[in-house]
Amino acid sequence: MTTKLFGEPVRRREDARLIVGQGRYLDDIGSGAYAAAFVRSPYAHARVVDIDVSGALEVEGLLAVYTYEDLTGPMAEPLPVLIPHPQLTHARTGYTLVRDVAHHVGEAVVMVVAVDRYVAEDAAALIEVTWEELPVVVGVDAAEAAVHAVHPDVPDNVAARHHQERGDVEAALAASAHTLSFTQYFERSASMPMEGKGVHARWDADDSALRVHSSTQASTSVRAAIAAKLELSLEKVEVIAPDVGGGFGVKIMHPWPEELLVPMAAIKLGHEVKWVEDRREHFISSAHERQQRQEVAVGYDDDGRITALDVLVWHDNGAYTNYGIIVPINTATQLCGPYDIPVYRARVNSVYTNTVLVTPYRGAGRPQGTFVMERTMDRIAQERGLDRLEVRRRNLIQNDQFPYDWGMTFQDGRPLVYDSGNYPGLVDKLEALVDWPGLEDRRAEAATRGKLLGAGMAMYVEGTGPGPYEGAHVEVLGSGKVLVSTGLTSQGQGHETVFAQLAASELGVPIEDVEVTTGDTRRFGYAVGTFASRAAVVSGNAVALAAKGVREKALRIAAELLEADPGDLEIDEGLVQVKGTPGASIPLRTVAVLSNPLRYAFDEAARQATQFAGPGDDSKPPIAVGDSPGLEYTDYYSPLRSTFAAGAHAAVVEIDPATWEIDVVQYAVVHDCGNVVNPMIVEGQVQGGVAQGVGGALYERMAYDRDGQLQNASFMDFLMPYASEVPDVDIDHQETPSPLNPLGIKGAGEAGVIPGSAAIASAIEDAVGRRIAAMPISPTELYDLMRSDGEQVPRLPSATGVPA
Amino acid sequence: MKPAPFSYADPDSLDEALAVLSAEGEGAKVLAGGQSLLPLLNMRLAAPTTLVDINRVPGLDQIEAGGSGVRVGALVRHAALLRSAEASAVQPLLARATANVAHPAIRNRGTTVGSIAHADPSGEMTAVLALTGGSVTVATPDGTSSVDWADLFLGPLETSVHGPAVVTSAFFPALAPRSGTAFAEVARRKGDYAVCGAGVMVTLDEDRRVASARVAYISVGLVPEVHDLTDAVVGRPVDAADWAAAGVMAQGLVDPDGDLHASADYRRLLVGALTARTLASAAAEAQERSA
Repeated sequence: MTTKLFGEPVRRREDARLIVGQGRYLDDIGSGAYAAAFVRSPYAHARVVDIDVSGALEVEGLLAVYTYEDLTGPMAEPLPVLIPHPQLTHARTGYTLVRDVAHHVGEAVVMVVAVDRYVAEDAAALIEVTWEELPVVVGVDAAEAAVHAVHPDVPDNVAARHHQERGDVEAALAASAHTLSFTQYFERSASMPMEGKGVHARWDADDSALRVHSSTQASTSVRAAIAAKLELSLEKVEVIAPDVGGGFGVKIMHPWPEELLVPMAAIKLGHEVKWVEDRREHFISSAHERQQRQEVAVGYDDDGRITALDVLVWHDNGAYTNYGIIVPINTATQLCGPYDIPVYRARVNSVYTNTVLVTPYRGAGRPQGTFVMERTMDRIAQERGLDRLEVRRRNLIQNDQFPYDWGMTFQDGRPLVYDSGNYPGLVDKLEALVDWPGLEDRRAEAATRGKLLGAGMAMYVEGTGPGPYEGAHVEVLGSGKVLVSTGLTSQGQGHETVFAQLAASELGVPIEDVEVTTGDTRRFGYAVGTFASRAAVVSGNAVALAAKGVREKALRIAAELLEADPGDLEIDEGLVQVKGTPGASIPLRTVAVLSNPLRYAFDEAARQATQFAGPGDDSKPPIAVGDSPGLEYTDYYSPLRSTFAAGAHAAVVEIDPATWEIDVVQYAVVHDCGNVVNPMIVEGQVQGGVAQGVGGALYERMAYDRDGQLQNASFMDFLMPYASEVPDVDIDHQETPSPLNPLGIKGAGEAGVIPGSAAIASAIEDAVGRRIAAMPISPTELYDLMRSDGEQVPRLPSATGVPA
Repeated sequence: MKPAPFSYADPDSLDEALAVLSAEGEGAKVLAGGQSLLPLLNMRLAAPTTLVDINRVPGLDQIEAGGSGVRVGALVRHAALLRSAEASAVQPLLARATANVAHPAIRNRGTTVGSIAHADPSGEMTAVLALTGGSVTVATPDGTSSVDWADLFLGPLETSVHGPAVVTSAFFPALAPRSGTAFAEVARRKGDYAVCGAGVMVTLDEDRRVASARVAYISVGLVPEVHDLTDAVVGRPVDAADWAAAGVMAQGLVDPDGDLHASADYRRLLVGALTARTLASAAAEAQERSA
């Protein structure tokens, strides 16, 4: 192989199309479709007494109105529990349309279909639902108190008690030289992709076939769900994820009620139907994440080395548990990060509240776990008078401890084993990148400008690339074009570029010849989805394996034609040639033509493959036994278990003590995702993740009132950071290959967001000298904290590695 | 997020606009830049029966800067006012405040007069109109009248302009001699509605001592509030004036509310901080202009 693209900062091939408005998003599809709109519950917990649709029936252009009463067969059953788990003992899911009780504001009660969205909303506004309000539970504290129950048959509001354990924590805590215990809070945010959800369905009555476009992260599974719920044969259902304007986790949840109702309506009406979520709908009827109350007890020795860690988490899972307990498991299993914690126990109580359901949002439980671990490290540093870098160095898993087996079970149901890493290397690089020893000088300089400067840091380990598998199909056409398809979906990450890089590298063709298709069940039917930083790891390796299969077949065919040994051949720039023998070559496109012996010549190229075109070998059949026509190959990559990426972040903040405004003046990231396929794309992922980390730390929260009404369900009041609020990120890479997969890569998608709140909380604490025990924090809250009698914390000199 | 049905008119004269407004009655709304009105429509928080789009009405897009002040027509976009050197020369506070209005895309569409007619107490230009002692011109089928700022703002999103009427311009008096201005605000994100904002005007006497210090706040009260802080600093040379004391005085005069983004106490804190900062800056400018 001489065409080197692996590791190159190849420009994103999808950008030109997306930037000039030639992307094809869900709402670009089906301009003639009928439009759906929904009547949604205005109450957080209420019983439907009556639904009066008579007003809507007068509206010109109305086509159909559906309530629960109109649902039949599997559609009338509750939505599936997507990821069952033995500890999810009290799973509850809603219905596609509220059956009798709504459990959060925004739950769909009535679907209206009309000639366009305007008319559909006019009609929806005329439908009168009579409600009987029920008591409302908001927040983990109220859920735990269980004065009221979200679901009457779950009186303690506990959906699951998740438990992970390593050693006897109570004995180890009792034996520890020092102990600390504290409680802290983490608030809700949400994925908030620029494009909300959306579904378009077209029913072909003659073929009894359904084609669905959905803005999803999991088209194959949406397909299976639609087939099951609408009682269609799988081969009669196609699901395609078109260009998707961001996912960040919320679109891995499925099937959303609309993904089932829109196809149902298309079938019943015999006409295309489309629904495009608006922003308010996205706020109140999609998914959120992150609220937890964390009760921590830690034991440590005189040197600040942790001897035992015991964590009890109250995790708000919202009204339903469609996505199982993946987020609690991530918190419990990823909490310890890069540290060698000898004795550990995590208990996560996942509780119901009358709020939008909780499913993974980029980071998926890890930002919360990291907040526990890193704030614990800061407290130990303060108690022992140690530099914060030093206390971390003393606790890190060392390079000779890999593979590091935690003896626990990860979110993929496989053993929690860190495959590889170099955590001391991350700290060394971060120290240099942020000039940690120079912080005291910067603090003094900021003080001359009347600003309080503080620095904080945080580390994480992220399990990425979980199975069970992904597959890929690679085919070389007679034109020389190389088609690559994989079943997982794309939401803007750059898959078209990365998968093309991998296929081109493996095959030895120009990247311009490669065309990538993702998330289209017509092209590839077996897939899991895009989540858990897994696309490059799982589909990337599958693409490389499939391309390798094509390459081997091409060399086998070319070897016969060139009368050479396959081992003496190479493919470069689309030409198969004998190494060191100029002229002895054949274009790969010709090999593709000849790989498919023909009777009929439909074009000039095909003539070469017809039965009278050449002498041939009459002693063999045209296609060898065990071989197949065509220069194509399908392969799958199924990882043994997840691979573990890691990183270290530092934030430097300046705070104005007159207004308590918080400015992140520097943000530094050292990042290790194994072998890097495309450093430009990895840096983009990190930068985007940091933006969401800053958002979660300083701006975003879901402001539910006690009645379960979301007070800030718009971009005016739910504050996502603008470009002006996101710092430039200083990035350094470390590459510790994964031994688990052929390419040695680890996932990079979620990393940037994970330690944001921990690092920024640490920086603010360092700047103002007050304990930060809840995130996010806004200037008005910081002002309240500074006026309170909240805990004062010692500021540690960060200029030197202070000895214990 | 689709508006309820409405009818639409885009007259090409003021008389015709007023005629449509008269014919349609209370349900009619004037559309200029649409930066506040259209989101309200899309969220069905407002459902006018008719939109009267005045963008084709000639003559409303003029900025007239003269000795007595700056007259800004109803179709002048924030961006145009921000760029107008003539307007800035007569009343520097206009550009200083306009620079804080949202983001460039909104400033390119939104109008200064529309923002004032909308009477959002978070709107920068309501405060500027108040602080400068300005007025608006209101056209009705019965004729044209001038309404002083103090008679204009009745409450949040509520003005004294009723019935068939178009606010055709706003007038901002010129900056007096030996005076300086400043504008500052704290917003959660750059370009957001301010959590608290302050526009100030300081005038010195002939001995370059503080003669007058006045301030208008946004997002602090239900309507733009102008407070006279002269007593805290009167008679002091610029470099000896206790601007922080003026800030403390201001804190005692305001009665802000809390909301999702700021408690009442935090707003009061910002009133003090922004007042002290902007007064010092305005006084320095006044001193320069007195030279």
